[in-house]
Amino acid sequence: MENNHPIVEKIRSAYPQVAESIKVQRENRIWMKIDYADFRKFLEFAASDLKTGIFCMLTGLDDKENFSFIYHMADLNGIMLNIETSVPKTNASIATVTDMFPAAELQERELTDLLGVAIEGLPEGQRYPLPDNWPDGEYPLRKDWDESRLEKNPLKEKAEDCNV
Amino acid sequence: MSKKLVIPIGPQHPALKEPASFDVTLQGEKVENILVKLGYNHRGIEKACESKPYLHDLYLIERVCGICSHSHATCFLQAVEEIAGLNIPMRAKYIRSLIGEMERIHSHLLWLGVAAHEIGFDTLLMYTWRDREIIMDLLALLTGNRVNYAVNVLGGVRKDISEEEKGQILKAMDVLEERTKYYAHVTTEEITIKKRLSKVGYLSPEDAVKMGAVGPTGRASKIKRDIRAEDKYAAYGEVDFKVVSDDNCDVYGRALVRVGELMEAYSIIRQLIKKLPDTPLKVPAPLKIPAGEAISRYEAPRGEDVHYVRANGTDKPERVKLRAPTLANVQAVSTMLKKGYLADVTIVIAAIDPCFSCTDRMIIAVDGKSEMTWKQLREHSINWYKKNRGVDFTKVKLGMKE
Repeated sequence: MENNHPIVEKIRSAYPQVAESIKVQRENRIWMKIDYADFRKFLEFAASDLKTGIFCMLTGLDDKENFSFIYHMADLNGIMLNIETSVPKTNASIATVTDMFPAAELQERELTDLLGVAIEGLPEGQRYPLPDNWPDGEYPLRKDWDESRLEKNPLKEKAEDCNV
Repeated sequence: MSKKLVIPIGPQHPALKEPASFDVTLQGEKVENILVKLGYNHRGIEKACESKPYLHDLYLIERVCGICSHSHATCFLQAVEEIAGLNIPMRAKYIRSLIGEMERIHSHLLWLGVAAHEIGFDTLLMYTWRDREIIMDLLALLTGNRVNYAVNVLGGVRKDISEEEKGQILKAMDVLEERTKYYAHVTTEEITIKKRLSKVGYLSPEDAVKMGAVGPTGRASKIKRDIRAEDKYAAYGEVDFKVVSDDNCDVYGRALVRVGELMEAYSIIRQLIKKLPDTPLKVPAPLKIPAGEAISRYEAPRGEDVHYVRANGTDKPERVKLRAPTLANVQAVSTMLKKGYLADVTIVIAAIDPCFSCTDRMIIAVDGKSEMTWKQLREHSINWYKKNRGVDFTKVKLGMKE
């Protein structure tokens, strides 16, 4: 599909550096990539200026040297803006967006449990979705992880060792 | 000054049929804070999907949830089909919508029964669940199963609807519509229901947006959003329907929205049957899906279901991520219950129609490569109870083949 959507135009003029990465895969589906340094500001721009302020989903991906995150944002007319950003695995830490979208809380906790990404600024709370006796340092959604790792690092047996 | 009291509800409790734990802090009878703990149904489905071909994933994804199995399967397939560039025949799209609406009917009737039970109105539970059998039997007739219908295949559907089946569907819709009119009458006129549900679990429209409430939970708080109308997937662009919403913003509103959606579902099904186009049922689909990514949205009975799929050119996906509607709605529960009463906790939780299997989805065998045999499982449990509880079950005979 052609990239002449009004939202695409707006992004292009405000953030020319991301113009290359924008693709409109089909009606109502806009995909783009942005550096993590600009991400936060862009998200605010997307929520206010582009009116794509409905937080739908947060996908975390194990991308070889990086962890990538796609924030799937929607507006009231069915448009879905998918904003991808990434951080190197050596510095696996991102800032929380729960101050803007409280709905993101559980999905951010998922990133911590399943990929081992630190979420800065996320208030302390219950872990989600792994069990309390899950061994430390095991992140099942990483590509190099499989169940055989649990033979060496089994589920915790004592309640006092658990992260509750 | 009364002392604060924390009451743990769950994870296993009689109010809900699925595990989730709620720590309710009380000041007298009033709820001051509520701490939700989920994850008891986490089964590692997303991870498992990465190690299985798309064909197997479809059946795995269908088992994310028992109630909205068709929703998840369709949502997942829509994403894969978009990546593969498949053009699904119209008849298949109609059948997908048709089964989707039948699923909504059985889910909403189930909810109405559960909600009635939570407020002690068990007669309504008996009535709605009796009527729900009509739609369950119909689904079994059309697909061969009451749940997990497996009607979808990559590129279309596997099962056609015959002229005789069309007649049976229409007949069932007439009966169900008559019954639902009666339920609409009961929910709007019956004074005990009205008094019990009004002003309970209040969620303001602003909070609904902030907490990301979707589906009937959001629509009962004036948020007129429905993915069927916004995204027009499957055959929803071909039928007329109304997005039912309500401005009560409480549990009563959520009940009215679901009853209203039942009436809409009957009308959608009649239109689909009437217009069912004559095309093939499926297009050939490749085993290997080209590299790419797609996001798919679906209005499941509980709200918006979102699936993301990234393909890498092989027959297995690189990543599958899904967000079930309950994950979006459950975060609003603590807002709904603030300043409410302890006695309202169960009905308020039930009112979002929670489905924790969906939400937690994502174990494959815990102890390594092979799955446990019955014998191993039994030995494991005997050892566990000996060690942890000091009870010896060795001599208990189960009479099962080993």
